[in-house]
Amino acid sequence: MNPLTELTLSRHNPLVDPTLHVWQWQIPIYLFLGGLVAGLMIIAGVRLIAIRPTQREALVCCTIGPLAGLVFLSLGMFVLFLDLSHKLYVWRLYTTFQITSPMSWGSWILLLVYPALAANALAHLPEAIPALAKRFPVLIAWSDFILSRTRLVVAIGIANVLVGIGLGIYTGILLGTLGARPLWNSALLGPLFLFSGLSTAAALLHGILVLTSSGEELPAFADFLLSSLTRLAQARPLDQKVAPVLAGADNSFLTIELGLLSLFLIGHLTSTAVHQQAATLLLSGPYAAVFWIFVISLGIVLPLILQTLELQNSIRHTLAPALLVIFGGIALRFILVYAGQQSHWFHALN
Amino acid sequence: MSRFAMVIDTRRCVGCYDCVVACKTENGVPEGYSRDWITEEVHGAFPTLQMEIRSERCNHCDNPPCVSCCPTGASHVHEPGGVVLVTHDKCIGCKACLAACPYNARFIHPDGYADKCTFCIHRVERGLDPACVSVCPTHCMHFGDLDDPQSEVSQLLNSRPHHALLPEAGTKPCIFYLT
Amino acid sequence: MMNLSRRRFLKIAAGTMAAAGSLDASLHVLAGSGKPAARGTRTVPTFCNLCFWECGAIATVRDGKLWKIEGNPLDPLSRGRLCPRGTGGIGAHFDPDRLRSPLLRVSERGEEKWKAVTWDEALSFIAGNMQKIKAEYGPESFAAFIHGLGGKFFKQTLRAYGTENIAAPSFAQCRGPRDVGFTLTFGDGVGSPERTDIENAQCIVLIGSHIGENMHNTQVQEFAAAVGKGASIIVADPRFSVAASKAKFYLPVKPGTDLALLLAWMNVIVGEKLYDKEYVDKYGLGFEQFAAEIQPFTPEWAYPETGIDPDLIRATAREMARYRPATLIHPGRHSSWYGDDAQRSRAIALLNALMGSWGRKGGLYIPAGMEIPGYPVPPYPKSEKPPVDNPNNQYPFADEAISTGIREATLTGKPYPVKGWLVYATNLLYSLPNQAETIRAIQNLDLFVVVDTIPSEIACWADIVLPESIYLERYDELHSEPFRQPFIALRQPVVDAPADQKPNWWIAKTLAEKLGLGAYYPWKDIEEYLAARLKAAGYSFEDLKRDGILPGPQRPIYFEDGAPAVFDTPSKKIEFYSAQLQKAGFDPVPKYTPPEQPPQGSYRLLFGRAPTHSFSRTQTNPLLMDLQNENSVWVNAVEAQRLGLKSGDYVRLRNLDGQVSNRVLVKATERIRPDCVYITHGWGHTSRMLRSAFGRGASDSQLITRYKTDPLMGGTGMNVNFVTLETEV
Repeated sequence: MNPLTELTLSRHNPLVDPTLHVWQWQIPIYLFLGGLVAGLMIIAGVRLIAIRPTQREALVCCTIGPLAGLVFLSLGMFVLFLDLSHKLYVWRLYTTFQITSPMSWGSWILLLVYPALAANALAHLPEAIPALAKRFPVLIAWSDFILSRTRLVVAIGIANVLVGIGLGIYTGILLGTLGARPLWNSALLGPLFLFSGLSTAAALLHGILVLTSSGEELPAFADFLLSSLTRLAQARPLDQKVAPVLAGADNSFLTIELGLLSLFLIGHLTSTAVHQQAATLLLSGPYAAVFWIFVISLGIVLPLILQTLELQNSIRHTLAPALLVIFGGIALRFILVYAGQQSHWFHALN
Repeated sequence: MSRFAMVIDTRRCVGCYDCVVACKTENGVPEGYSRDWITEEVHGAFPTLQMEIRSERCNHCDNPPCVSCCPTGASHVHEPGGVVLVTHDKCIGCKACLAACPYNARFIHPDGYADKCTFCIHRVERGLDPACVSVCPTHCMHFGDLDDPQSEVSQLLNSRPHHALLPEAGTKPCIFYLT
Repeated sequence: MMNLSRRRFLKIAAGTMAAAGSLDASLHVLAGSGKPAARGTRTVPTFCNLCFWECGAIATVRDGKLWKIEGNPLDPLSRGRLCPRGTGGIGAHFDPDRLRSPLLRVSERGEEKWKAVTWDEALSFIAGNMQKIKAEYGPESFAAFIHGLGGKFFKQTLRAYGTENIAAPSFAQCRGPRDVGFTLTFGDGVGSPERTDIENAQCIVLIGSHIGENMHNTQVQEFAAAVGKGASIIVADPRFSVAASKAKFYLPVKPGTDLALLLAWMNVIVGEKLYDKEYVDKYGLGFEQFAAEIQPFTPEWAYPETGIDPDLIRATAREMARYRPATLIHPGRHSSWYGDDAQRSRAIALLNALMGSWGRKGGLYIPAGMEIPGYPVPPYPKSEKPPVDNPNNQYPFADEAISTGIREATLTGKPYPVKGWLVYATNLLYSLPNQAETIRAIQNLDLFVVVDTIPSEIACWADIVLPESIYLERYDELHSEPFRQPFIALRQPVVDAPADQKPNWWIAKTLAEKLGLGAYYPWKDIEEYLAARLKAAGYSFEDLKRDGILPGPQRPIYFEDGAPAVFDTPSKKIEFYSAQLQKAGFDPVPKYTPPEQPPQGSYRLLFGRAPTHSFSRTQTNPLLMDLQNENSVWVNAVEAQRLGLKSGDYVRLRNLDGQVSNRVLVKATERIRPDCVYITHGWGHTSRMLRSAFGRGASDSQLITRYKTDPLMGGTGMNVNFVTLETEV
């Protein structure tokens, strides 16, 4: 038979034609926040296991981290709720467990995330928000209770690490099991999202440390933001020693993320025609500019360089790497969600 | 066991859209949406051309990715027949099933739930053919039970060359196009 | 913020409604049927009116609302299955842009400013003005353009009034050339429904007929059956149509050269002695002269004209002969193409004659009709004046009224003035070529009445517009056309008309009564009329109401089964050589004239049908618009690339007379020759009241400013316009 020259479909269903666009900004935002929270949980959990604090300390990972995690998770779940087109029935998620559905896994995992985060947050809440602890002394009692039990602390740490890994990977598996969209069809998407989440979390925490470090003139918005936050928090200054650790960790995460992205794309390029086409959507197609500039160059490579220089003490720690990594993480989710919906199994035409 | 399937003779199909409008009136499909559609596939260059015309819809796959991805069980396989259906009041509108279907056969109904061809199960259970099959003026559409070797669909598949859509996607679709 | 008192609000609302009502009738709110909804489903048989095939249908009402419509299994036309227009027919009931009440023009013609009036006011206005015309000029100065079964009673009223100047555009603008060509050869036309025995044909030849996109139900059903049986299909078409995709042989013939191809085929078949000699000897006359005339038209002669390889011409000629007499060269339907159309159709008839297919199985059968006595009416007044459409019998072989002839007389006032028009169910601005001529003719009228279901473009120019109810809301005249087997079909109401629309019989009867012609309508209502006619023929009205279709006595339709082999030609034989044509100064055997070539950079404009719509009358049907809501211009893919166009772009078509179309979607495709473009007919509406159709797609009718008149019968060949494509800035 002669080569295919025309394929026309009469279907014009909203959100489906001409290319699938059922998931819009809500999903990339949720995926980003989910990954961010996963990273925050893992970092906090690792810190708990490593340090085994017995008293409250001004550790950004353990004070700000879990609280930010709770806020971002709630925001993420709200945004997810916004995406639903049959909202009144959302409770149906919790009347069943569908073992083949990553989304079902996710909805139940999300229920576990809250207690894990909350327990972690409670351990250091009076340190993070002294004003609140003053009003509700019971919080101090709870915090003392937790910190006095090392095994509990470690358990909370392990729980956060495991649930965090689950949360981070499931967001990738959610897309990865949708074989109908060749761009997503890779087992690497799970680890990719996990390490991307870790890198954004590390970047966020590092950025918070940079913002709260005494010394130089802060940009006006940061100053305003910070003063309003500190008025609320009135916390002790955070432990700046951990800044290089976070920067270093971030670099590791970014490097692994870059490696996983490369394997992800190599996997597609060495697979079937439809997978090759899918990969080219990112590499040279309509999403190429965003991919190469915002995801790779500004989102991974440049922060890597900057943080390396920071670690070598060639330059001082700035907010720049954090902002770049966070924005790169958002960009990565956006183009994967949008480009993925555009990838399909039907033959491409010349 | 029964396995409902459709066999469509593309040689006879003229792509007239009768199946599309019959489905609309039978099932009250909202304006701007279609559960089935016409695809024209052209090969070659003028004047040496071949064209296949197909009436397409949900393939009621035997390995339906839209069922495995559903977090609430709203999307399910109805027996007897292996028809893939959606229970409206279990659907949360997460759209995973839309993303899971390589044929883009589903859509979100204005009322919020995922919707698609139902093989007119309400007619089939009364012994009628789906609306699209009943209306087709070229008689190119056939519906029946693949598990019955004497059924029209089984006999057509045994006697004529045919293909399904995207067999490489692994979904095991149950709509076959005679060539 | 001022306080709006309730009283004041109601006053404003009422004032707005009144103002709206007087300005634009389309602002009327859709009125319900006024009856409480009944629960449950009920079915009512009727027959469809979305096109002229009139398939038997069964409508289902659920809980008081129209639910769906399906074919009537008893109907030989639909065989239980409707086409997409028929299936979407319930959309005509729900059409939001339907006419709702009689409208009287309150400004200049064409400005679309109306006042809603009552039926009594409307019909009195019309009757009064018709009487004025009769007194001043004579009743013959009132003419009508009537299309379809629903026009029967209007014809009755007008003939009673005293005019015979009634034409249907379907003759001169559509199938007239074909029927004249066949009548000249066999003594009878092809008819509608066509007498084509497609389902038994073993070889089917289509010249431009795009069966499958042209959705005449039985034709498509039979075509699919023939394809399913493995019939050999030969398609000659500048466009790779759906039918071409089923063909064994596709001939991408150059537009306007089909007659050369036909002559070459006949040349081969006669030269190689592949024709049905027994049939030709038994039934034919003038074969030797005919053979001599076509001798020069070899495939080699045809090749530079048609672009079809001589070997392919030979191969297809031999293929046709292989299956005769079950070889059908389809006569087509809309045949007014290039101005030599009656002769081209005669060539198709002659080719069928060579195959011996007329009256034979797999060819063209002899249709079986049945007699249903008409309701007795007083004799019509005899007119002194000749009909106005064909003065001096200028077109000697026209056997029906020439619509464009009536228009011409209205324009020129010769042979006598035409001062009044009634238009029923035909959008003249879309059916007649050269819209400007139609509009100029309208300006000469004292009275212009349009009866329609939607505010069509022609209705915009009327003095008074009368809203007809649609087929699902009314009774009509009985339907019985000669076909494979005789039948009577009944149209009866399924649901009430939603507003002040009335059926054609009521309008024509009430108008007749106001004209003092009540004697021609001695029955009280249509049910009395129908019951009486059926009783006289020996059928039960109740049975017909229940079943929708009653079969008539079967008669043989093939010569071999006993159908009479009679030919109503002057010689009583199949005229291979037509003496009557020769005597009238025309070619006794068709001759080919090369068509005019498109000027450099322009394309011939070709038009046709889509299965989702009917003419220009369905573009406000919400169900059908949901299938397709604009047309597109087919441009050869290579040409499109050269022009920098791709599918999805929008262009405008500009013809040689400066007409520029509405913007239209480009379909860049391999499926058409580079020297022509193609759009489906009926789009580009300019009537503002057709809100959902307004401005969608491009109108071929607007671009058809030139036409070539067939000298034999006055048909208007419309494929003679050329366009350029203008990209949007």
